[in-house]
Amino acid sequence: MSLVRAVGVRKSFGHTEVLRGVDLSVDAGQVVCLLGPSGAGKSTFLRCVNHLETIDAGRIWVDGQAVGFTTRGGKLFELREREAARQRRGIGMVFQRFNLFPHRTAVENVAEGPVHVLRTPRRVALEEARALLDRVGLADKAGSYPHQLSGGQQQRVAIARALAMRPKLMLFDEPTSALDPELVGEVLDVMVDLARDGMTMIVVTHEVGFARQVADSVVFMVDGAVVEAGPPDQVLDNPRQQRTQQFLAKVL
Amino acid sequence: MGSDIAPGDVEQKDIAPADELVVVPLRHWGRWVVGAVILAVLGALGWALADAKIDYAAVPGFFTHDIMLRGLVNTVVLALVAQAGAIVLGMVIALLRRSANPVARWFAAGYVWLFRGLPVLLQILLWFNLALVFENISVFGLFEEKTNVLVTAFVAALLGLGLNESAYMAEIVRAGLNSVDHGQVEAAKAIGMTPATTLRRVVLPQAMRVIIPPTGNNFINMLKGTSMASVIGFLELIHAANNIASRNLQIMETLLAAAAWYMVVVSVASVGQHFLERYYGKGVAR
Ligand SMILES: Nc1ncnc2c1ncn2[C@@H]1O[C@H](COP(=O)(O)OP(=O)(O)OP(=O)(O)O)[C@@H](O)[C@H]1O
Ligand SMILES: [Mg+2]
Repeated sequence: MSLVRAVGVRKSFGHTEVLRGVDLSVDAGQVVCLLGPSGAGKSTFLRCVNHLETIDAGRIWVDGQAVGFTTRGGKLFELREREAARQRRGIGMVFQRFNLFPHRTAVENVAEGPVHVLRTPRRVALEEARALLDRVGLADKAGSYPHQLSGGQQQRVAIARALAMRPKLMLFDEPTSALDPELVGEVLDVMVDLARDGMTMIVVTHEVGFARQVADSVVFMVDGAVVEAGPPDQVLDNPRQQRTQQFLAKVL
Repeated sequence: MGSDIAPGDVEQKDIAPADELVVVPLRHWGRWVVGAVILAVLGALGWALADAKIDYAAVPGFFTHDIMLRGLVNTVVLALVAQAGAIVLGMVIALLRRSANPVARWFAAGYVWLFRGLPVLLQILLWFNLALVFENISVFGLFEEKTNVLVTAFVAALLGLGLNESAYMAEIVRAGLNSVDHGQVEAAKAIGMTPATTLRRVVLPQAMRVIIPPTGNNFINMLKGTSMASVIGFLELIHAANNIASRNLQIMETLLAAAAWYMVVVSVASVGQHFLERYYGKGVAR
C-alpha cells in the first residue's frame, strides 16, 4: 500500500512552472531517493508533500489523506493554516541548513514539538528527547546550544527533533550538502539506521553511494518532471534516459 | 603580486637575537595632553559650581519632599503604563503590517505615519482638550460618560505618550520579526506548530535580541518624556519641582532634586535593559 502517492503535481512560481505533473508513489517502509540537477524542482516537490508550498494542480496523498485538504461529504475542503499544522505533525522534515532553534539547547530543540505541539508533559518529553539524542549518538551534547555543535552534530539533532514527533514519513532535503566532507558519514549512518528500522523516507540527495545502499527506488527528476524511476541498480547503473546518463556521469 | 625579494636576500647582519636589542616603548604624549586638558576643564567646572549661588544643603530635603516623591511615583507609573501599552499595540500593528490582508497593511502603515508624525506635546494637548469637540464619549450606547471626566490629565498624557510610542514600537517589532531567518518558521511548521505557537516559541524569542536595545532606549526617552505632561498640570517630577519652588523660590535647588531622580530612574532602567539583553542573548555565539 502506498503511504505517499503524488499524481500530476503542478506548481508555478509566477510564470515559471517548476513542477510539471510529477507522479510518484512510496510504499510504507520504503526509502526513495530523489536525484536530479539543480533547479529540477526536487526541493519544491518535497515541500509540497508536507504542505510548506501549496500545489496548483494534481493531488498528493499521504496516509490516505489529501495534503492540504480535508474530505467531507465527498468534497475536498482546503485546510486553514492551523489545521494544516495538525496534518504536518505526522511528516518529519530535515533541511539542508539544519534550521535548529538557536535559542534552545539540543535537548530543548528535540522536546519542543512534543511539549508545544503534542502537549506531552515536559518531564516525559525531555526524557524521550534524551533517548532520541542517544539514538543519534549525541547523548553527551544534550545541554549544548546549536552554535556549540559541529554541522554534522546539528544535523543529527535536527533528525532527532523530527523523530520526536513520531512521524510516519520523513523528508530529507539534501541533508548532507552543507556539511564538510568528513562529517557526511555520521549523518548518513543515522539515516541508514533509520531506513533499517523501517522508516518511510523520501531523500533528496547527491550521495549516490547512500542511494545504492538503502534506496528501494531511485527517482530521477529533470525540469519539474520524473524522467526515470526504478530500483537503484537499474537507474544508477543502467540508466535508459540520456538525461540520467549525463547527470550520473557528472555526479559519479 | 609576486615579490622581487627571494628568501635569503635579507642580510643576516641586520637581524640580531632579540635579547641584544634595547627596546624603546612607545610614549603616548598625546594622551597625556588630552587627559590633562579634560581634567583642567572639569576642575574649572566643579569650582564654578561650588562657587555658584546654589544652596546644596537644601537639595536632599527637596529630593525626599512629599510632593517630589508623589511626582516620582506618577512619572514612573505613567512611563511604565505608556510603554507597556505601546509594546502591546506596537506588536499588534507590526503583525497587521505583515498580514496577508491588504486593508490591514494599509491601516498599519497609516497608523505609524500619523502617530509618529505629530509632536508628542501636540498629541497630549489634543487628547487633553478632547472635551471641546466631543462632550460625551459613548461606546455603542453600552457605556456613556462625560469626556472631561474620562480624559484626566493622566489619561491624556498616557494616550499622547503611549500612542506615539506605539508607532515607534511597531517599527522596532517589525524590524525584529524581519531579522529572524525564514528557515526558523519552516522548521517550526515542519514539526506541526501553529502560526501562533511559532510566533510565541520561535520567532519572538529570537526577534527580542533585535527588539530590546532600541526599546530600552525608547523607554529611557519615555521616562524623560513624561515631563511634557507637566504642561497639562499632571504632577510628575518637573511639575512637582515647580510646585515646591513656587513656595520657597529655590528653583535651582528643586530642579536639581528632580534631575537627581531622573538620573536614578534612568540608571535603574539601563541596568534592567542589560539583564534583559543577556537573557535573550542565549544561544548566540559571542
Ligand atoms: N519561493 C520561490 N519563488 C520563486 N521561485 C522559486 C521558489 N522556490 C524555488 N523556485 C524556483 O523553482 C525552481 C526549482 O527549485 P528547487 O529548489 O525545487 O530545485 P532543486 O531541484 O531543489 O534544486 P537544487 O538541487 O539546487 O536544490 C528553481 O528554478 C527555483 O529558482
Ligand atoms: Mg533543493
